[in-house]
Amino acid sequence: MTKNKNFLGPSGTVVPPGQFWLLSTIGVIILFGVWTAVALSGVMPRHFLPTPLDVLQQLHQLIVSPFAGFLYHEHMAASIKRFLMGWAIAVGVGIPLGLLMGWYRLLDEIVTPLFDAIRFVAPLAWVPLAALWFGTGIGGPLLIIFVGSFAPCLISAYRGARLVEKRFVEAGQTLGANSAQIMRHVLIPGAFPSIIAGLRVSAGLGWQSLVGSELIVVGAGLGYLMVQGQGNLSTTTVMAGMLGIGFVGFLIDVALRAAEAAVKKRWGMAS
Amino acid sequence: MRVSRQSIVTVVTLVTVLTLWWLATTGLGLINPLRLPSPADVWSATWQIMTKGFAGGTLWVQALQSLQLVAKGFAVAVLTGVPLGLLMGWSRRAEILLNPTFLLLRPIPALAWIPLAIVWFGLGDTGKIFTLWLTAFVPNVINTFTGVRQVDPVLIAAARTQGASTGQIIRHVVVPGSMPLIFTGLRLSLQASWTTLVAAELVGAFFGLGRVLNVAGQDIYPGMIIVGMAAVAICGAATTWLLGRVERQVISWRPAV
Repeated sequence: MTKNKNFLGPSGTVVPPGQFWLLSTIGVIILFGVWTAVALSGVMPRHFLPTPLDVLQQLHQLIVSPFAGFLYHEHMAASIKRFLMGWAIAVGVGIPLGLLMGWYRLLDEIVTPLFDAIRFVAPLAWVPLAALWFGTGIGGPLLIIFVGSFAPCLISAYRGARLVEKRFVEAGQTLGANSAQIMRHVLIPGAFPSIIAGLRVSAGLGWQSLVGSELIVVGAGLGYLMVQGQGNLSTTTVMAGMLGIGFVGFLIDVALRAAEAAVKKRWGMAS
Repeated sequence: MRVSRQSIVTVVTLVTVLTLWWLATTGLGLINPLRLPSPADVWSATWQIMTKGFAGGTLWVQALQSLQLVAKGFAVAVLTGVPLGLLMGWSRRAEILLNPTFLLLRPIPALAWIPLAIVWFGLGDTGKIFTLWLTAFVPNVINTFTGVRQVDPVLIAAARTQGASTGQIIRHVVVPGSMPLIFTGLRLSLQASWTTLVAAELVGAFFGLGRVLNVAGQDIYPGMIIVGMAAVAICGAATTWLLGRVERQVISWRPAV
């Protein structure tokens, strides 16, 4: 977790690089070794606890022949598409609203109590209402992803806008900039580092909400694949789905981390 | 007594929203009650679940079921996650040994474990506690770990110079020093726990608030859906408030933030 491999831990131990790799490898071997050993030992039926190799074989099977109506990568593409749409709406609504709330006090005072009133509703608790309003096809899941990822967008933009010094806004106004220009040239650049940090949090939550909504309502996607696998008591299919979900989640996080680092560098902030 | 501007705006906003809600659903009848229930529908649903019950129990039974599951899963996660985080934070070797597992597990959202938990444990409480444990375990380990690493090494060196044993250092320096971040982990994982529990109960359960939501959704009973959502929000807010109280007790030396 720490970047410096020769970091001196609080216990005062120095771990030489050779030992680092040795221990890491042992860690991985233990994880997969214990997993495989338990699976092969027959404590649980193989059917319920497959070996890692079984999961990979099933993954290959899912890629070449359709399951639950689609091939594996088609399920993955459906999930990614749905996620991007829902997340885009959350970003498109949450960030401008957050910026405006940071700017106009009255808007802040109006939105905050409403926001606080629904903040504690867990995103997945919107599922029945989402299904009722927008159906279970595309609209319902979009609402769930929106609800899941909206709050960090709003809060980060709000905080970012509050951090922009008042005199920059006033200077812009003095020089005759209109609201749109102030938004475009003062507030957005000023709040950008905070926004990009919020985007990463919101994408993670949005992806999680997508998985949740797919478990419950849709007809395609990695979550749906897992539910169908669960229905068939096919543990390998479920695990193959988890692998894909983890993989995409990891890629989303890496992409936004890179964006965050790039923005910080460009804005001259040491992270 | 002077009333603050914020409270006036809050009251005006909430009254306006409630009035608009009443007008849209009842007064003017703009919205089909099957889409958005009227205040009267929500009230009668509340009355129904409080007195007669819904989806197999009254509101208290369902809320208690959800609360006890969150409490159990959360407790198990804290009791396992915090010590492991302390160990990984203290010992570089333990960190290196266990880190690959965390790198592999972390990107998988806890919700993705629900189908596996159902295959392994069925629809009863065990599977939900397992999923809740996974939800809260990872943030607890990571935040505790970070907390330990943020403890000023000078303090540890100072304690050692004064002759403190490793046990004493951990007990009196490392644990108190990492408390603020441990609580950050607790707060994050508590919120995540509610999301996970609702999802798990929606996917399949015999009791609980998620079950109420699920049955209300299937019956197309919008009033009850709203009651279920409100109950989830109240339980989530109550547990968060409780954790905040505990935090203030435990780290009373630290000024409130």
